[in-house]
Amino acid sequence: MNNLEKKINKIKKMCLNMRKNVLDMAMNAGSESSHFGGGLSIIEITATLYGAVMNYDLKNPKWKLRDKFILSKGHGVLGLYAALAEVGIITKNDLANFEKSNGFLFGHPIMNIEKGIEVSSGSLGMGLSVGIGMAIASIKKKLKNKIFVLLGDGECNEGSNWEAFMSAPKYKLDNLFLILDRNNLQQTGSSKDIMDIGDMSEKLRNFGWHVIEVNGHNIDELLKSFSSNIKNKPIAIVANTIKGKGFSFSENNNDWHHKILSKSQYEIAINELGLK
Amino acid sequence: MQLNNKNIEIWSRIGARATFGMVLLELEKKFPNLIVLAADTSTSAGLDRFRKNVTEKYIEVGIAEQNMIGIASGLSSENFKVVTTTFAPFQTMRCCEQIKVHLGYMKRDICMVGLASGIVLGTLGYTHCCIEDISIIRSIPGITILSPADCGETAKAIYAALKHDKPTYIRLTGGSNNPIVYKDDYDFQISKGVKLMDGDDIAIIATGTMVFKSLQAAKELKNKNINCSVTNIHTINPIDKKLIEELAKKSKLIVTVEEHSVQGGLGTAISEINSRIKNSPPQVMIGIPSEYSDAGDYEFLLDKFGLTVEKITNKIKNEFSKKIK
Repeated sequence: MNNLEKKINKIKKMCLNMRKNVLDMAMNAGSESSHFGGGLSIIEITATLYGAVMNYDLKNPKWKLRDKFILSKGHGVLGLYAALAEVGIITKNDLANFEKSNGFLFGHPIMNIEKGIEVSSGSLGMGLSVGIGMAIASIKKKLKNKIFVLLGDGECNEGSNWEAFMSAPKYKLDNLFLILDRNNLQQTGSSKDIMDIGDMSEKLRNFGWHVIEVNGHNIDELLKSFSSNIKNKPIAIVANTIKGKGFSFSENNNDWHHKILSKSQYEIAINELGLK
Repeated sequence: MQLNNKNIEIWSRIGARATFGMVLLELEKKFPNLIVLAADTSTSAGLDRFRKNVTEKYIEVGIAEQNMIGIASGLSSENFKVVTTTFAPFQTMRCCEQIKVHLGYMKRDICMVGLASGIVLGTLGYTHCCIEDISIIRSIPGITILSPADCGETAKAIYAALKHDKPTYIRLTGGSNNPIVYKDDYDFQISKGVKLMDGDDIAIIATGTMVFKSLQAAKELKNKNINCSVTNIHTINPIDKKLIEELAKKSKLIVTVEEHSVQGGLGTAISEINSRIKNSPPQVMIGIPSEYSDAGDYEFLLDKFGLTVEKITNKIKNEFSKKIK
């Protein structure tokens, strides 16, 4: 097995554990419910970033050279918290307090640098602008770190994103990676019906981004896209994904946008992960 | 940032907006980590020279205020001292939720400067007037609101805002050839109201352009044997509660004067304090009614809303005789 294969296997193992973490958090949330589908569509993305791409220091969360991840689609917390726990930035015990009043992991991320959460999000369409500010700051300070911002496709309905799409190429931010979770579904239906954002790769390219389109569940493709070494242009990775990815009952089923996970569904899911 | 005869004269002649640009050009030397963001408004903010000469500290974001606040937030997270500016309605309302999330929720140390607030741009219609900004920003927890009374105080407010590490909104009012309230240097402290004139009967509490007019009105009233104190509340949040309580306890009538809607502005902030005081004096709120009416030039609108020295004087005289006798 070569190094790349080893890396891919490691991330695949992470994804499996993370899906288990997601199930546990969804169960713990109980009647509070959780954004299940949109958390599962980004698992391979966050696993690849935290497992193999991003530089961070577990002992020094405020390390000034750390790469930064912004979950602009704050609804995708399950996919973020699961990754943070898997790499040891937070603990499995912390996950047990998901959406609990005495915890710090809520239904949308609340800024907590010590715990790996760079910004508060949840109100859609704000993360990319912050990432642009951070990327400009890094260039001004001559820091070699990278900024990763994950957007949802439904989120792209927000006009503020388009202000940000326009501006990042102007500032030549080659330390900025935008990842678009293109799962084609949003709260009340298909993105095509609710508000068709069309061919995002072509649109971003026209705005001046270096665009790479990938299967957002293919770790090899994700790794390649994150190693892009383009100069003077921000990088957009349009990741084609499946909402609710990983479980037969939730894949491409928008009922799982925000839904309570029952005990029996939990059992089915654990089985499907091959953990029973 | 010291006041002297020369800079007071120049700044008052050029008005608050141009003063802002001039002062930043001076202050950038003191703040190596300063970054100024403008939304295609560099000339409107007197920042033309800054834009051309301090290129490494200037970022043009285009006409995109939501993005401007987000970018400011990212820069602030890396300890840049960020100033954003555009016309007051766009600075406070177009990006209001970004202000809530970044300056409020995440407490980012960003200084926003709202240009030409109030009704000075009345001939451009109410899209460009701003009678709501104090009210809106006051409702977001944790944002300091500065509303300087003249151009010298504008300079001091900008310096104070850069030195203090909290989210801030600076509201610039008035046009060019601004009247001068402070002829000598003085100590400007955020949240410290300034009593400019003593008087026992009535406490006039004003902000922005209305401080000068209130002083003039108080002089007129003194000639009629009505003694007014005049206090400049240059910081509307956090407000100088102690001073306002003192004024309320000593006066027979409180009058608030502002170039802002009477709903949610200085008058409301004062009434929130006054109403909690036992046997508090009645309060008269002078300001702009909460409605959009016809446009017009600055003097026309000030007159229409009773914000001239003559109308403020008469209003106070009438209210005093009604409420006291």
